[in-house]
Amino acid sequence: MMNSEKVNNEDSQPIIELVGISRFFGKFQALHEVSLSVNAGQRMVICGPSGSGKSTLIRCVNQLEKHDAGKVIVNGIELGRNKKKLREVRADVGMVFQQFNLFPHLSVLDNLTLGPMRSRKLSKQTATDLAMRYLERVRIPEQADKYPSQLSGGQQQRVAIARSLCMEPKVMLFDEPTSALDPEMISEVLDVMVELASTGMTMMVVTHEMGFARKVADTMVFMDGGRIVETSPPEKFFTAPESERGRLFLQQILQH
Amino acid sequence: MNSVIRQYRLWIVLLSSGFLVSCGNSNLQWYVVSPMTETGRTNLMFLAGGLKYTLLLSITAIVVSVVVGLLVALPGLSSNPLWRAFNRVYVEVVRAVPILVLILWVYYGLPIVMGIAVSVFWAGVIALALSDSAFEAEIFRAGIQSIDRGQLEASDSLGLGYIDRMRFVVLPQAIRRVLPPLGNQLVYMLKMSSLVSVIGMEELTRRANELVTSQYRPLEIYTVLVLEYLILILVVSAGVRWFERRLERKDLR
Ligand SMILES: Nc1ncnc2c1ncn2[C@@H]1O[C@H](COP(=O)(O)OP(=O)(O)OP(=O)(O)O)[C@@H](O)[C@H]1O
Ligand SMILES: [Mg+2]
Repeated sequence: MMNSEKVNNEDSQPIIELVGISRFFGKFQALHEVSLSVNAGQRMVICGPSGSGKSTLIRCVNQLEKHDAGKVIVNGIELGRNKKKLREVRADVGMVFQQFNLFPHLSVLDNLTLGPMRSRKLSKQTATDLAMRYLERVRIPEQADKYPSQLSGGQQQRVAIARSLCMEPKVMLFDEPTSALDPEMISEVLDVMVELASTGMTMMVVTHEMGFARKVADTMVFMDGGRIVETSPPEKFFTAPESERGRLFLQQILQH
Repeated sequence: MNSVIRQYRLWIVLLSSGFLVSCGNSNLQWYVVSPMTETGRTNLMFLAGGLKYTLLLSITAIVVSVVVGLLVALPGLSSNPLWRAFNRVYVEVVRAVPILVLILWVYYGLPIVMGIAVSVFWAGVIALALSDSAFEAEIFRAGIQSIDRGQLEASDSLGLGYIDRMRFVVLPQAIRRVLPPLGNQLVYMLKMSSLVSVIGMEELTRRANELVTSQYRPLEIYTVLVLEYLILILVVSAGVRWFERRLERKDLR
């Protein structure tokens, strides 16, 4: 399977391409001309110390954060001022947040159908069928009529994943999806993500869960100080990281 | 209704005892507004007849001012400084004009500017709504700003446009949060509608004024007027609170 995908991707363009992007917050430069690309089916895990720019980078992909220089190309479309194109691209890029960001005033089902009905213009019936299918996929179909506040953190995050999947995106972005969860709920969310990876979904994941990274990633990206310090396959990154800083980071994070 | 009585029993006791004490005062001629006498009943009916207009005026004005307030609040949240400037100027200017002055200006001035006559009712609605819309705009702006940024980011990442985001995500949450101040504005509007009496609107206050002119019993008649407003506003506040509780039950935040 891996092989056929590789062959397919050889001539097709990457889904995400960042070319020398920079981002400033006032005088502070959070990203220094960062470049990277993600191909269909690729599963990239981004790690690095706090404040290294991981969130800023991943948020540039769907322009929740605007880049100040460089190019962001998603699905072959360069993102800039054009709002219509941006919305089209966003509908194809799922995003899962650390804080879930479910809509508290809507039931789980309505959380899931809002995007498909309003952005994808699906009928209520089609959207509902779709929603139920993905709720089953994240293993909580019985919670469809509840409100987010009635669910545990792990369940809420799974609903958030399902909500993104209902858009049938080409790529999924995760920004520390398990960092706000109680420890006993982390694995139920990671399990869903592992399963998602096994279906061939293209994924870009910021996480400190190195167990998950080992299991799922085909590319490890290590960031520090607003720069990509190292890009390696996981086998290499976890055993013999190229960079000294990567080595120190792994030492710290794997200590406990 | 029972819960209303329970909530306000202190007031009810205080007012009714005040009423009884003053009944003992021989200078007072309660017959003019007493439900026990023929004249009293006729007068009371006349006074209460203004209620319809007070309500109609206030409710129409609050609806208009909520809509205008929202339309003024939205540019205030824009990233474009020109839109924001429009919002600031509108709010500051409108807020600076006293309501009574606005009523007079709309009723006597606006027809000259526009070249069309404005009825007393619509002059009242326009003046009250205009004046209130500046406050509504500030309430909405604060309410919308209080919505977590994550909600906007989630809507954006679902590809929702500005209108959908407002309609399905931001406003439903913001309205819940601004309901208490909106309720306050409704009460405020009910009280301010009394000012429209100056241009001849036959609402509660005007009716009381007219009756005082013919009966020469200001104390008794204005006391009834005070009670009319008090009861009206207690009922409306209870209604607003009931509505708030109903909304709260929906998302157990
Ligand atoms: N809106 C903002 N305004 C000012 N500075 C910001 C803003 N967002 C991020 N930064 C700064 O940019 C740098 C990178 O932030 P970013 O959130 O991307 O880091 P991160 O790698 O995701 O860290 P963490 O692991 O803590 O989430 C940090 O120094 C942060 O303080
Ligand atoms: Mg972060």
